[in-house]
Amino acid sequence: MKLPPIEARLAGNRFVLDEEESHIEIDQELARSTGTAERIIACCPAGVYSRRPDGEVAVEYAACLECGTCLAVSSPGALRWRYPRGGFGVQYREG
Amino acid sequence: MSAEPDFDVIVVGAGVAGCITAYQLAGRGLSVALIDRGETPGAKNLSGGVLYTHPLQQVFPDFLQTAPIERRISRNQICFLNQDSSVAIDYRDARLDRDGTAVSVLRGRLDPWLAERCEDAGVLVMPGVRVDSLLIEDGRVVGVVAGEDELRARVTVAADGVNSFLARDAGLRPAPQPHQLAVGVKAVVQLPSDIIEARFGVDALEGAAIAVVGDCTRGVGGGGFIYTNQGSISVGVVLRLDDLTAKGLRSTEVFDGFLDHPYTERLLRGGELLEYGCHLVAEGGQAMVGELVHHGLVIVGDAAGMTINTGLTVRGMDLAAGAAIAAAVGVAEAIETGDVTAAGLAGYPKALAAGFVGQDLQTYARAPKFLENPRMYESYGPLLADALHQVFGLDGSARKPLRRVAMDALKGSGIGVGTIVKDAWQGARAL
Ligand SMILES: Cc1cc2nc3c(=O)[nH]c(=O)nc-3n(C[C@H](O)[C@H](O)[C@H](O)COP(=O)(O)OP(=O)(O)OC[C@H]3O[C@@H](n4cnc5c(N)ncnc54)[C@H](O)[C@@H]3O)c2cc1C
Ligand code: SF4
Repeated sequence: MKLPPIEARLAGNRFVLDEEESHIEIDQELARSTGTAERIIACCPAGVYSRRPDGEVAVEYAACLECGTCLAVSSPGALRWRYPRGGFGVQYREG
Repeated sequence: MSAEPDFDVIVVGAGVAGCITAYQLAGRGLSVALIDRGETPGAKNLSGGVLYTHPLQQVFPDFLQTAPIERRISRNQICFLNQDSSVAIDYRDARLDRDGTAVSVLRGRLDPWLAERCEDAGVLVMPGVRVDSLLIEDGRVVGVVAGEDELRARVTVAADGVNSFLARDAGLRPAPQPHQLAVGVKAVVQLPSDIIEARFGVDALEGAAIAVVGDCTRGVGGGGFIYTNQGSISVGVVLRLDDLTAKGLRSTEVFDGFLDHPYTERLLRGGELLEYGCHLVAEGGQAMVGELVHHGLVIVGDAAGMTINTGLTVRGMDLAAGAAIAAAVGVAEAIETGDVTAAGLAGYPKALAAGFVGQDLQTYARAPKFLENPRMYESYGPLLADALHQVFGLDGSARKPLRRVAMDALKGSGIGVGTIVKDAWQGARAL
């Protein structure tokens, strides 16, 4: 079956958005120089990362499914990623 | 000791490992807190969904009757999937259904059930709380820090899953390497029960589990899975991170390709997407487990990398349960004797090594290395299909004897006989 594009695909999931705090911070300089940018854009199953016209990486943290893949493939220091605050973020109903 | 502990034991993580550890310790009369960052227990958790039940039946004798089970898996298929062909082994066995050996589950239902059993046993369940770090004094773990709060316990249990941040941030575990991790991407697709039963050839309450190798991952180390739930299908891919990044593929592109493959499409046709998710899988096997006990701390389940991927089955939930049973033994002993040093907690690794978790980790210790062999994902599926095409693809040309068929298929694949014999031997030793 063909699934809809990522945003529509995530529409069926339940998210509790933390409006005050992003759990992802990116060091644009390091992400570029280490190749982390390409890796996280390609690996993230939720399409959180994308390339902006100015070459920097945009981070749509609200769509994060909290797997930790981006952190695992990033070079040291390029990404600061932690779990969202308690009760926030994706809340799976099926799992 | 600076301050009196608030609890005998604090368990971080209400997944399978944490819930079963907490349940067993409360059953021994200890005061236990079970903390989870999800809004409700299970809200952060995802698995493929085939649970081998024996350790759960050991802890909950009524597990098969009362737990939220989707289907009893009575049919297992292993499928080599190529672009235009597939070759499968189909194993059915009434014994599997009778014994409830394996069942399909959805963590959104299983974990709340486990947490409820914990509450019934007297565990204080605290959902919606993220533990920020371990509380460490003089090199001893004496509890956890969550926001402004410090909570103290005689023993802390890190059951916080594959990312294992608590032990990692405290310098007690190394960060896992990309070849020790895979990302699982999964969809749950709704279909009526009767359609599921017809398509997968199973009776009501029975289910099928299909393990897929080959084109489902575009040659990336890993595999695909298709598991039946009561009214839905769990379908997904598992992709080893070192190989995924080396090949430069997008995880979504691989996943979408698998769902759209004619083989998968036929099984899912007409279904409706209920949920899309992803989660890391620990792939390192025994080499990834490391130190399980420190002063005041034990590490259980995925937090200690306890998953076995044989290529055909991903087993993590049963190992998490088995480890929890062993950890409860060690923690209870340590608290009883008042010695919560690593030596005092050694009953846990000892019980683990003696049980099925330690033994299976040992047995499959070579599996991760074997599964790094790219021929598993690229060559053997087409080879099998080519050989079978010689047998079934009658087109008027004269048939060749079977041994010639095999030799021709081999030649076409470009893999030498020696390589196949070597792979078969290594496979037999690893799996
Ligand atoms: C795609 C995929 C398919 C799989 N298929 C199967 C399968 O078919 N069969 C099988 O047996 N296994 C399978 N597994 C493996 C299985 O899911 C895991 O091994 C199992 O979930 C491990 O259980 P756990 O309790 O150790 O960890 P988890 O289930 O990950 O639980 C960890 C818990 O800790 C909580 N937590 C983490 N950090 C914090 C914190 N700082 N503060 C508070 N709470 C925290 C989380 O919210 C979570 O509830 C699969 C895994 C994946 C990803
Ligand atoms: S944690 Fe997973 S879903 Fe979230 S941004 Fe990283 S890769 Fe994407």
